Amino acid sequence: MMLSIKQQPFRAAVLVLVWGWLLFLVLAPNMLVVGASVMTRDPSTFIALPLNLDAYRQLFNPLYLEVFLHSLYMAVMTTLICLLIGYPFAWALSHVEKRRQMLLIFLLIVPFWTNSLVRTYALKLILATNGLLNSALMSLGVIEEPAQLLYTEGAVVVGLVYLLLPFMILPLYSVFEDLRQDVLLASHDLGAGRFATFTNVIIPLTLPGVLAGVMLVLLPAMGLFFVPDILGGSRNLLVGNVIKNQFLDARNWPFGAAASIVLTFTMALLMFAHRLSKRRLGEEGA
Amino acid sequence: MKQTLLFLSNLSKQFGGKTVLDSLDLEIYDGEFITLLGPSGCGKTTLLRMMAGFDLPDHGIVTLSGVDITQTPPEQRPLNTVFQNYALFPHMSVFDNVAYGLKMEKRPKAEIRDRVDEALAMVQLEDFAKRKPHQLSGGQQQRVAIARAVVKRPKMLLLDEPLSALDYKLRRTMQVELKRLQRELGITFVFVTHDQEEALSMSDRIVVLKDGRVQQLGTPREVYERPANVFTARFVGQTNFFPGRVTRIEGDRISVDVFGLNRELSKPPFRIAMNQSLHVLLRPEDIRVLAPDDTDGVAGKIVERNYKGSTLDSVIELEDGIQVMASEFFDEDDPAFDYSIGERVRVSWVDGWEWLLAEESDEPLTDEEELAADDAEH
Amino acid sequence: MRWLSRSYLALVYLLLYVPIIVLVVFSFNDSRTGYSWGGLSLRWYESLFNNHAMVQAMWNSLWLALTAATVSTLIGALTALALHRYRFRGKKVLNGMLFVVMMSPEIVLAISLLGLFLLLGLQLGYVSLLLAHVTFCLPFVVITVMARLAGFDERLPEAARDLGASDFTMTRTVLIPVIMPALMAGWLLGFTLSMDDVVVSTFVSGPSYEILPLRIYSMVRVGLKPEVNALGTLLLVFSLVMLMMSQWILSRSKQ
Repeated sequence: MMLSIKQQPFRAAVLVLVWGWLLFLVLAPNMLVVGASVMTRDPSTFIALPLNLDAYRQLFNPLYLEVFLHSLYMAVMTTLICLLIGYPFAWALSHVEKRRQMLLIFLLIVPFWTNSLVRTYALKLILATNGLLNSALMSLGVIEEPAQLLYTEGAVVVGLVYLLLPFMILPLYSVFEDLRQDVLLASHDLGAGRFATFTNVIIPLTLPGVLAGVMLVLLPAMGLFFVPDILGGSRNLLVGNVIKNQFLDARNWPFGAAASIVLTFTMALLMFAHRLSKRRLGEEGA
Repeated sequence: MKQTLLFLSNLSKQFGGKTVLDSLDLEIYDGEFITLLGPSGCGKTTLLRMMAGFDLPDHGIVTLSGVDITQTPPEQRPLNTVFQNYALFPHMSVFDNVAYGLKMEKRPKAEIRDRVDEALAMVQLEDFAKRKPHQLSGGQQQRVAIARAVVKRPKMLLLDEPLSALDYKLRRTMQVELKRLQRELGITFVFVTHDQEEALSMSDRIVVLKDGRVQQLGTPREVYERPANVFTARFVGQTNFFPGRVTRIEGDRISVDVFGLNRELSKPPFRIAMNQSLHVLLRPEDIRVLAPDDTDGVAGKIVERNYKGSTLDSVIELEDGIQVMASEFFDEDDPAFDYSIGERVRVSWVDGWEWLLAEESDEPLTDEEELAADDAEH
Repeated sequence: MRWLSRSYLALVYLLLYVPIIVLVVFSFNDSRTGYSWGGLSLRWYESLFNNHAMVQAMWNSLWLALTAATVSTLIGALTALALHRYRFRGKKVLNGMLFVVMMSPEIVLAISLLGLFLLLGLQLGYVSLLLAHVTFCLPFVVITVMARLAGFDERLPEAARDLGASDFTMTRTVLIPVIMPALMAGWLLGFTLSMDDVVVSTFVSGPSYEILPLRIYSMVRVGLKPEVNALGTLLLVFSLVMLMMSQWILSRSKQ
């Protein structure tokens, strides 16, 4: 039953407000970015006509291509490490007694609520040349000279893993929680050992969680520009750093916009995969 | 001579200090349909899980065709389970679900296809091979679960309350279906249920369990007509318990005083003494309701009447307050036959239809068991 | 097996918390270099509060977070109610848009808003920050409130309407009280997100309104600043209090 505006003024007001906000502050700005990416760079007005695909062509300029590939490499490494640590972690967490689980989950979401800049900075205390890790390794006699840990690719990956690990664990934990024990028993009952059950049943059933986790880790791992700024030096840049430089320093908006559309495109792909994986299990895609 | 397929000897199991199985022995024959019946918490599901290999006993031995399989993991046991909520793999099609066990045996592709098709045909789901479990109804999912288990040609099929999630009508259909399957396949079915009606109609033999111990093992007729103890009598079907007292013992005949009536009965198989108190058990359908001016029986009045379609069920309160359940078939000669509340009647039964049980020390039933027994009736 | 999985959990938690513990400990370190222990001291807290620009940035951030959390809670709650109660065209699109906002990299949201503000000629400062912060907090509030509404007896609003309440009155007297815990939790989350945001703020703030995360950002880019340890510790305690309040509100409302 649909009621008219006169009958439900409150409903109409709510819908106008919500739609207005989203159209004005989400849809319009994003259209703007798409528009900017096909326009020409202009020193005074940022963007100008004519329309062209120069910005996208510039993405394949060897100089930038290298930066992109390096960023992608670090993001993928981050995601893989998070997955390798997070998958067994989420499994173990789902097997802890329910009462303790609440506390452990709480400890996992604390980082989500705390300042990520400050936490990145804390890593710097540990990784610096005369920082804690070097001091510890030297006093243990593992190394004689302080090793260069900061301003390396490794430092950026460590920083990203440190910030993003909980975002991998939480969706994985939720799929492990939903994993029905009798389905695993059925697999054993039908003759599958531990390994066969893992590859044939557990992996497919936890796939939506894996993809959700990948989505929540991979995208920020390409965008969190302050991590390389603090830990990585000038040679280990993320796509986020490129976008930020193009918009705030080089003032090349079309190129910055094109780079950000690459990120959006990656997100769209991941969302599609996630939806598909849930469909397969007969759950409604988000 | 019946051949023993599975032999459980002296099985014990405790969970967190609570005894679930208590030195239990059980012999299961090749090709029979045997039902484990009991209220929740009686140990029937644990017993089934031990046969499947999901739980290991603290003590005791499980042998299959003479081979000790007590410690064998479930994937190496030649028996399969139909789970209570089906436990179908949600990410696989019906075909892949059924094929799973054969793939684990590394069968050739063509053989897998043939056998899966055959199994699906057996449960009438040939046309659903490509569907996903969530696209099927509950009854269809149930059939897939059965096909998935029998396609491996197990020596024994374990069914853990497989029909409990289905509605009444579907449950009835599936009961018939399961019996047909068992006849066609000729394999042993071990069926777990708390529904005594289901147990009576489907089984070759019934194992009545309570507190991890076997209360009675016998055919449905034996369990229903000659319950071994008060628990079984109360749990399986409805029963009137009349207090009786032995007044005379002579050879294999005894006299028992029930409500002041002197009844001549055959001597029960347990030891008996003069003036001993006994339970005289009568099923509601064995009760005769007579006119108030009849010379036989005990006087009472109707306090409840329920029209049940084929029978008229009534409750009669005797003068000393004892309530008697009666269930009478409608008589073709008198279709208008009925009672009114408060109507005076007399209650009796035909000699020889009663069953005698000795009084037990741990009577009466606790509330919990009453509830469980109630559950079982619905 | 059990022992192994327990120690694994403990190890990962240890790694997650070591940097935070180091930070807190070092905030009380008297040494200037920041690497070696020079005795217990509160000097960095003192120097923090004597830093006028820093204190100003702190007030700016608090005010921004307060207003952003409040506005996003209001709009978010109305959105959640609309999604839950009304059937309207484009409902799926609205849902999808919120999901996209939540999932999309912050930096994409940041540049798109920057473009919009410049196109409109809006001076970058408090207003642009507020609009941006409300936008990225919104989906989190909507989800928190929707989760609460999902466990809500559908017949309550019908009963209220049946007893003569208008749509608006019913919302005020039945729905709002029911979703109150979720509103408070959503507000706390929005407040914290706003206080911590670096990425979006980097793009949409101007010199007229400096906020705390950006101040910290400029401090930590080069070298080590002991004041940051002190500030970080304060922010950590603050976030912990907020999170515990939120958990307490949500868990109490479940009973």
